[in-house]
Amino acid sequence: MIRHLLSTRDLTRASAIALLDTAEDMAVLGARENKKLPALRGKTIVNLFYEDSTRTRISFEVAQKRLSADVINFSAKGSSVSKGESFKDTILTLRELGVDGVVIRHPSSGAPQLLAERDWIDVPVVNAGDGTHEHPTQALLDAFTLRNNLSGNESRGRGLDGARVVIVGDVFHSRVARSNIWLLEHLGARVTVVAPATLIPSGAERWPISISYDLDAALSEPVDAVMMLRVQSERMREAFFPNAHEYTQGWGLTEERFARLAPSTLVMHPGPMNRGLEICSEAADSSQSVILQQVANGVFVRMAVLYSILTGTSEVSHE
Amino acid sequence: MSEPLLFRQATLPSGEQTDVLVRDGLIVEIGSVTSKDARSVDAAGLQMLPGLVDLHTHLREPGFEQSETVLTGSQAAAVGGFTTVFPMANTMPVADNASVVELELARGREAGYVHVQPIGAVTAGLAGTALADLKGMADSRARVRVFSDDGKCVDDPLVMRRALEYVSSFDGVIAQHAQEPRLTEGAQMNEGEVASRLGLAGWPAIAEETIIARDVLIAESVGAALHVCHLSTAGSVDVIRWAKARGIRVTAEVTPHHLLLTEDLAESYDARFKVNPPLRTTEDVMAVRQGLADGTIDIVATDHAPHPTEAKECEWDVAAFGMVGLESALSIVLLTMVESGQLSWNDVERVMSRAPSQIGRLEWSGLVVGAPARLTLVDPADRHVFSTEQLASRSQNSPYLGRELPGRVAYTAFDGYLTVDAGTLVSAETVAAHASAARANSATSGGVTNG
Repeated sequence: MIRHLLSTRDLTRASAIALLDTAEDMAVLGARENKKLPALRGKTIVNLFYEDSTRTRISFEVAQKRLSADVINFSAKGSSVSKGESFKDTILTLRELGVDGVVIRHPSSGAPQLLAERDWIDVPVVNAGDGTHEHPTQALLDAFTLRNNLSGNESRGRGLDGARVVIVGDVFHSRVARSNIWLLEHLGARVTVVAPATLIPSGAERWPISISYDLDAALSEPVDAVMMLRVQSERMREAFFPNAHEYTQGWGLTEERFARLAPSTLVMHPGPMNRGLEICSEAADSSQSVILQQVANGVFVRMAVLYSILTGTSEVSHE
Repeated sequence: MSEPLLFRQATLPSGEQTDVLVRDGLIVEIGSVTSKDARSVDAAGLQMLPGLVDLHTHLREPGFEQSETVLTGSQAAAVGGFTTVFPMANTMPVADNASVVELELARGREAGYVHVQPIGAVTAGLAGTALADLKGMADSRARVRVFSDDGKCVDDPLVMRRALEYVSSFDGVIAQHAQEPRLTEGAQMNEGEVASRLGLAGWPAIAEETIIARDVLIAESVGAALHVCHLSTAGSVDVIRWAKARGIRVTAEVTPHHLLLTEDLAESYDARFKVNPPLRTTEDVMAVRQGLADGTIDIVATDHAPHPTEAKECEWDVAAFGMVGLESALSIVLLTMVESGQLSWNDVERVMSRAPSQIGRLEWSGLVVGAPARLTLVDPADRHVFSTEQLASRSQNSPYLGRELPGRVAYTAFDGYLTVDAGTLVSAETVAAHASAARANSATSGGVTNG
């Protein structure tokens, strides 16, 4: 059983599958009228968010409440952080307040690892996204969604062996892409990353991926899922690409490209989407799109992570 | 005056074992010596070197005394076997005029552990636009000859060209911190697979190499002397090698940490390993070792950069760049270069004492009769786990804490008196009293004045 969830790179295939299987249990519970489980009753979890995030924070909060945990939301904006308190001092304060677990989002890569490895506080840590490093629960919910769509009721115990996933866009700045690359590798999927060369990280040729600069070529072979990454238009000012139009033409999931996809190819996006930039509405709103499923599954995966880490077991008791 | 010292059976850099007698601030006898009044120091098994000279130190005073002062930095230097340090100009106020460099010189003399030879800023306020009072600093009591905006690159090619030309009027040298600013915006560690995996913004090798390539060509065109600070990449070694083969007046330094440590240490997100230029790859480490061994790189310089705990015990990207290095420098050179057979003790004398003195335009005599008694004795057989016990600096941001290192400085002498005695730092009061007495003696007898 894992103690913290800091990255998908640190997971083993077995621990990743165990988390996905626990998430299946949570999905079953989610279909009941009473969605609540008493598992974390009496436990206090702090959502320590140093970076704006509505989607991820709410997803964690729903997961925590369904597990009956007491939830404290700490946002760096109305807190002493804006008055210049150090990260360490904030963590020491939380320790004295007696929290049982920390979910942390931080703009600095590695902040969750410091929290877990230093002797500042001794509680489980879940990384909810750190800088451009990792966003492991996003990758787990993506894998859960993929597995669910590819294997259906046969999902339990399985990986994603042989599945072909194309990840498109700003891999350079994307913690989602990094976490997905490592997790999909653990689960046996084959990953192709497609982007202009400026948005491929230095050294990525040493990662367990194929790299392509040509989206049409990458999509000309059978693909189980195409995962579009958010592109921030301010990247233009840093000379990563000339303009939004050229980006969309080259690397966007346009109507034309979407029309050429096999009907079985899933369309994914971690959100929030820039419609018309990296993805067209026809694709986002199509029956092939699992984007809203990703949101729903996020709650089950985060429940599974918190449950496993805070109770020390992956077996869910259905009391 | 301090008591005479007789070092018995010390090993000189040549390998010769001999006695060395020190009296009145000078080396007065080398050979088989008997003395009635000298304190006898058993130096059998100890390697004697001329006092080490660090061309790249941050003493933080004035302005950042919570990190280091001239006194504490001088003590760290003595512990490391140094007798001269060149403090960089990025103090507050910046050392861009005569009054600041004279203040540093005076503080160094009062402390008395080492000769503090200030480096002046190239540009006013390190702003990179207008030249600092270069001649004013050169003509001051501090006799500044090395100028650097270290911490910042003189990236404007016009300003760099003019600075190189201008200081050549008085035999000055520009020490460049080679870092193309646009290519390193927000940079956190060496660009490459590790940085990409860790999500830390990359500091590409080309940001260093392109500036060095530009600068050697400018130096050639104006016939001026260029010194390249803390060179860190294999490509930089190639550029310097090419420039030297072409006859360009360029010298280069490498830090101890770039001779040993590699980028993968960032995987801990422990900001003790955050430094500028960043730790590089194993290939780069091998290339800078080779460059130092074959003379392409002239010297080892520490880039001793003290920072308070809170500047390092935090998120990587908000942490300060830099490591302390004075106390550990000789051990790292021993470990990486001497024990591997790439440098002899004669070479160590060259890269850590003679060549940095020459680049810094200081007189250097070495271990000869009549020379100022600036020397250090190191026990090369010693191995110890490096700890805060070995740090005399006010700051503790050493990347070597907990690591086993070879070699311990047993004695350091500055102008005839001990600053480190049997492995222990001599107290500030004792050293200051010796320094004061030496100054009084020098004023009456016209004795040792060499910088």
